[in-house]
Amino acid sequence: MSFEPKIVAFLCNWCAYAGADMAGTSRLKYPANVVPIKVMCSGRVDPEFIIDAFEKGADGVFIGGCHPGDCHYVNGNYRTRRRVKMMKKLLEEMGINPKRLRLEWVSATEGQKFSRVIEDFVNEIKELGPSPWRK
Amino acid sequence: MNWLLSKVEELSGENLYACYQCGKCSAGCPMANEMDLLPNQVILLVIRGDEGVVDAKTPWVCAQCYQCGVRCPKNVDITKIMEALRLIKLRKNLDHIKLEKVKKNLPQIALVSATRKYTG
Amino acid sequence: MARRIGVFVCHCGVNIAGVVDVERVAEELRKYPGVAFATTYQYMCSDPGQNLIRQKIEEENLDAVIIAACSPTMHEETFRNVCKEFFNPYRCEMANIREQCSWVHDGEEATEKAIKLVKATVEKLRGNEDLMPIFVPVEKKCLVIGGGIAGIQAALDIADAGYKVILVEKEASIGGRMAQLSETFPTLDCSQCILTPKMVAVARHPNIKLMAYSEVIDISGYVGNFDVKILKKPRYVDEDACTVCGDCEKACPVIIPNEFDMEKKPRKAIYIPFPQAVPSTYTIDREACLGLAPLTCAQCKDACEANAINYDMQPKIVEEKVGAIIVATGYDLYDKNKLVEYGYGEDDDIITSLEFERMLSASGPTGGIIIKPSTGKVPKKVVFIQCAGSRDKQHMPYCSSICCMYTAKHALLYKHHVPDGEAYIFYIDIRATGKNYEEFIARVMEEERINYVRGKVAKIYREGDKIVVWGVDTLTGKKVEIKADLVVLAMAIVGRKETKEIAKLLKVAVDDGNFLKESHPKLKPVEALSRGIYFAGCAQSPKDIPAAVAQASAAASKVLAIFSKDKLEKDPLIAVVDEDRCSGCGVCVSVCPYGAMQRQPNGKAKCIEALCEGCGTCAAACPSNNIEMRNYKDEQIEKMIEVIV
Repeated sequence: MSFEPKIVAFLCNWCAYAGADMAGTSRLKYPANVVPIKVMCSGRVDPEFIIDAFEKGADGVFIGGCHPGDCHYVNGNYRTRRRVKMMKKLLEEMGINPKRLRLEWVSATEGQKFSRVIEDFVNEIKELGPSPWRK
Repeated sequence: MNWLLSKVEELSGENLYACYQCGKCSAGCPMANEMDLLPNQVILLVIRGDEGVVDAKTPWVCAQCYQCGVRCPKNVDITKIMEALRLIKLRKNLDHIKLEKVKKNLPQIALVSATRKYTG
Repeated sequence: MARRIGVFVCHCGVNIAGVVDVERVAEELRKYPGVAFATTYQYMCSDPGQNLIRQKIEEENLDAVIIAACSPTMHEETFRNVCKEFFNPYRCEMANIREQCSWVHDGEEATEKAIKLVKATVEKLRGNEDLMPIFVPVEKKCLVIGGGIAGIQAALDIADAGYKVILVEKEASIGGRMAQLSETFPTLDCSQCILTPKMVAVARHPNIKLMAYSEVIDISGYVGNFDVKILKKPRYVDEDACTVCGDCEKACPVIIPNEFDMEKKPRKAIYIPFPQAVPSTYTIDREACLGLAPLTCAQCKDACEANAINYDMQPKIVEEKVGAIIVATGYDLYDKNKLVEYGYGEDDDIITSLEFERMLSASGPTGGIIIKPSTGKVPKKVVFIQCAGSRDKQHMPYCSSICCMYTAKHALLYKHHVPDGEAYIFYIDIRATGKNYEEFIARVMEEERINYVRGKVAKIYREGDKIVVWGVDTLTGKKVEIKADLVVLAMAIVGRKETKEIAKLLKVAVDDGNFLKESHPKLKPVEALSRGIYFAGCAQSPKDIPAAVAQASAAASKVLAIFSKDKLEKDPLIAVVDEDRCSGCGVCVSVCPYGAMQRQPNGKAKCIEALCEGCGTCAAACPSNNIEMRNYKDEQIEKMIEVIV
């Protein structure tokens, strides 16, 4: 059986979640490996959630936020950007390929982009194979 | 993008599309009265891909005083664009003038370009 | 906490059921811990669908429900309203199995994902608390900072609606920039004539407390409950007693330039900035006066029959409690000394647009006559230069928005004053987007035959009696050199430096031009990020009088919306600090964009409920995991992750 990765996606309420809805409204197919969790802001994504997801066996973690400058909460996405940068280094040290964590800016109108980046991310994770932490 | 624009942008490092054609470069240029095309026109013609601009007098009349670039409200260094146009012309390796005929009236810019051409 | 959850899976016609095996979703969920009941229905959002939910809540004794259907942005409110009849609305959650599942996936994997999504929602719902909206009391009084046309309009609108307003103005009189203008485009009404009635209305309004010659020095608190400190500077003249007879002014021996006339007209140390000033009273300029302490001159006091002068007046700090604040601090002109190529604007015959306005004004330095300042003669050739400092990366990169229009007006008024004169306008583009603006420009070009030259001036310098202007006509491709008598610079507009100070007190951002940053550039153009603070006029961006007035009324309506309720209702999805475990490091205070996280006297952080917008940045930043987001708790999210993986 081919490898089907498990991916957790944190989507901010205002941009990425609405962008995912837009992908749906436009009927743009993408792989079902990604299951979303809605958060009010990408800035809510505690680095611990990322570790937690990998620890529980996720093969990838996706974070979708508003474009720089468009954050509904002013600057939450800038904090996310820094946290993700830090987390990528940390994950590498912990034996997780930093490519398994991806941050993308998806606006409420970018259904097409959402579908494209998810497909791309899933393919990337498929190439990387199962997470080394997977039980 | 037309080849002329991409070459000029490559050689000058300037974004010609930043120009909003206010003409301040031409207004302040001490050599503008001697030019066949005003500096702001040169920019637009390059954007339009008009290759005639390579054969214009303007880049050779330019005294490289930097007045235009210093005062440009969009921070476009027109001097560099003029230099790019001269380089494009020079790289064609055409000799129009027999130097022995010029002798005394050698323009300053000819010395500059000769230095560039022969010392590389 | 929910113990008997009901799951309602919607077919949405074929939208969901055509792809997802809804019966299997219901079946799987029935087996899931905490779920007491699960069913499916054609259209959950329809009346029969909603009734089905009502019926099952009662029959099955449910204490929470999940609707697995479309995106919560569509119908969350619909279903929460149904649930409200039985229990707390936060016991209702939606699982998005349409937009983010059936519409984007196919077959078996869609059903699998739908099951995961619903299960994850069960986990979230189990962690939900019952929440009630937060209520904040409101002090129904508004502070308006700045007494220009925007501040005046906002104050009048709120006062007319029956609420108290405190209008604070830094200068001796209200009126602002508009009071300095001669005539206004595009109709050419006299600025003073249309402004003065409004100024008087402010002074007379029983609901407006006018505090001119005063400054806001401290602001704390939050929406509905701001505490403000206002410094009332001493005028040394009793506002109520002064009859504005002018005897003191005649007696005063000190002559200095009048700021109101752009320093082109003299005034005394005891002065009234302009005849129609409100409040109508004289003021002693402490800096210029020959001596208040020790008293050395006192000639004004001797002259004052009304006995209004009091040299012992002291600065006074007034404390007020207000529910909302409107910032209308206006604009300044960009510093002309920074324009190197325009002679630093130091030449007498190179003047700014506002100086020209004063020259055109009947009460101005020249009594409304246009002169060449260096000689006092009538200028026969005038050059107007637009975008002086605007649209320029070396100065201000933005368009100052009003210069095209007032320059056209200036040229027109010049031609009316000097019919045989010649006027040139150097422009880059003409921006005449307001109502009747394009028609006005066309009228100026066609009827007044003004020479519009499309190009930016590179250099101006004096040559004998004339000012030489070096320009280019980019349309003909010819260089232009004009020997002018007078040059008028349409200077860029910048936010006042005081705006920056006020913004700091309000914790509101300003941009490079000192303009206040609005909450959303399109949909919230008058709101600050923090609730209860609004902007009006040029403090937010360069704008003309109609736009400033409109924005002022918009800001007033926002304030009135707040005042229309005795208590403000607010979404309770906010942050909560566990004070017992808080180490007081202050990280949350620094990351909160709304200033909602505040340090208490004991060093520990506290979330001001009225300010928190619930983004959760603090919760993610807290190094000791002490901040929880209501109904988005760490525990809930971690459980959801577990289900998904």
